[in-house]
Amino acid sequence: MSVKKGTWVQIRNIVLKPEERTSKIPDETKKTPLYMWVKGYLNSEGNIGEMAEVITVTGRKMTGILEEVNPAYTYGFGENYVPELLKIDEGLREIMSGGNKNE
Amino acid sequence: MSNMNSYEAVTSRSNEILKKALGMDYSKLESGGIAFDYEKMMSETGYSFEEIIRIQREAGVGNTPLLELKNLTALIRKISPKGKGARIFVKDEQCNPSGSFKDRRASISAYHAEKNGYKGIVAATSGNYGAAVASQAAKRNLKCIIVQECYDSKKIGQPEILEKQRKCECLGAEVVQLSVGPELHYAFLRILEETGYFNASLYSTFGISGVETLGYEIAMQCRERFGKDPDYVIATHAGGGNLTGTARGLIRAGATGTKIYGASVDLTGLHMASDIDFNRKSFTTGHTGFGVPYATDPDHSDVPRSAARALRYMDNYLIVQQGEVFYITEALSILEGMERGPAGNTSLTAAFALAQELDEDQIIVVQETEYTGAGKHPLAQLSFAESMGIELKFGDPKLDKPGVNIIFPEHPSQIKATYFDMNRLKHSYIKNAVKHVNATKATKEDVKFLMEETKMDKDFVLRVLEELNIEII
Repeated sequence: MSVKKGTWVQIRNIVLKPEERTSKIPDETKKTPLYMWVKGYLNSEGNIGEMAEVITVTGRKMTGILEEVNPAYTYGFGENYVPELLKIDEGLREIMSGGNKNE
Repeated sequence: MSNMNSYEAVTSRSNEILKKALGMDYSKLESGGIAFDYEKMMSETGYSFEEIIRIQREAGVGNTPLLELKNLTALIRKISPKGKGARIFVKDEQCNPSGSFKDRRASISAYHAEKNGYKGIVAATSGNYGAAVASQAAKRNLKCIIVQECYDSKKIGQPEILEKQRKCECLGAEVVQLSVGPELHYAFLRILEETGYFNASLYSTFGISGVETLGYEIAMQCRERFGKDPDYVIATHAGGGNLTGTARGLIRAGATGTKIYGASVDLTGLHMASDIDFNRKSFTTGHTGFGVPYATDPDHSDVPRSAARALRYMDNYLIVQQGEVFYITEALSILEGMERGPAGNTSLTAAFALAQELDEDQIIVVQETEYTGAGKHPLAQLSFAESMGIELKFGDPKLDKPGVNIIFPEHPSQIKATYFDMNRLKHSYIKNAVKHVNATKATKEDVKFLMEETKMDKDFVLRVLEELNIEII
């Protein structure tokens, strides 16, 4: 997909390759690169999955793989409701409406 | 050129980069041995306490209300022996511009950066501090970059951290997001070097002196309302700045009889630098994974000497479980009509446990709240935990296994604080302080310094030094 210059995008680059990482980390981390994601305005027409340059809101030029266009905030209050919280509420109300332990 | 920017090259000039980015020369504070001049460092901001208050007022920071949690206290009295159940108050720090006490820390750094002609400020944080720096930078017309440890290597992030990213961006900051790993510091140093911006470190003198107003306000508010100082102040403990600054403020107000307790969530068994464990914890800060290493080794932060030195002030360290904190967060909503957290709710949970041991006329102050909402609410956190395979159940919360399950108490009387062994922390601190400068000898000055650092007597310090084969000269 072609993306126009000036579009707000997110890019990803590699800060350290696995072999460049510190030895003071667990194996599961060491076998992955240290990734960096930044957002900015695309500096020239580009394509998702290809190298691109952006200018960030502080004016820095950064390069990386173009990942997302107009990246949205997609988290919220969870994908599933957690009914355990209702059970906590019920228990609390029951105690509050009852008498004191030593009365 | 590429060699100059290699991991080794950049980290080897760390001190030089930090000196420029803070405008402070830490080398003149060093004694050449274990000791350094902490109080001199704390006065290095060049701002008096009165000026700090003025800077904060100008930026809309501080002077937050102290609220009594009457229903929570009533609940405690229902489950405690007769005559027990201290009153719990909370300092509603969410009233600060960006929604947490972290504005106090950011306000002084932003003021100082502007005054000294820096074009922008940078902070390394995945927490509320990012929003605070972004907010204060906006007020001061400074550019702002926040460096976050945000995702695992598959780009999965905790909703709480993602919300902090959003908030920073919505306040005008550039957010640099990284996958898991301590080499974040390397990326941070490179940004400082490239931009020449001010390092708004969480651990600088500017940051910690800004928190002193919090402790000071608590003492003043308690005196005005009850004619006495609070008996206990509990601070959620991670990097140590919250507790250190608050304690220093209380002492500054003359509230030397107030006990200062730290509180953290137990995340035993989860590795903080693990790409797998990263998303298996339901607390991103205020946990033992930060609390223990920062208390015992404060000088491994992003400044040469940290101003956050919790063991100087901490009287006890209370550990609570994830399920207990979620329970109390829910109780705060249902019984007090206050949606807050997660941060302050760790110390609130510890207060709930401690209050059961104390007399009714005692006063406990929980010294912070934070704004909550999408990503930060227990619904978001727990739903995410379930999606990562964490089991949610009811039972004895003390039997939980962080990263495997979260156990909610069946009854609030099950919420009990575990007292961390302070001597173990202090022993470990001395070991790290010695290692920090590769000391083989200790002077009288070093011994005095270690006594102040650990709040312990000479015998204790000498005994530990002897165990470490350090010669006293």
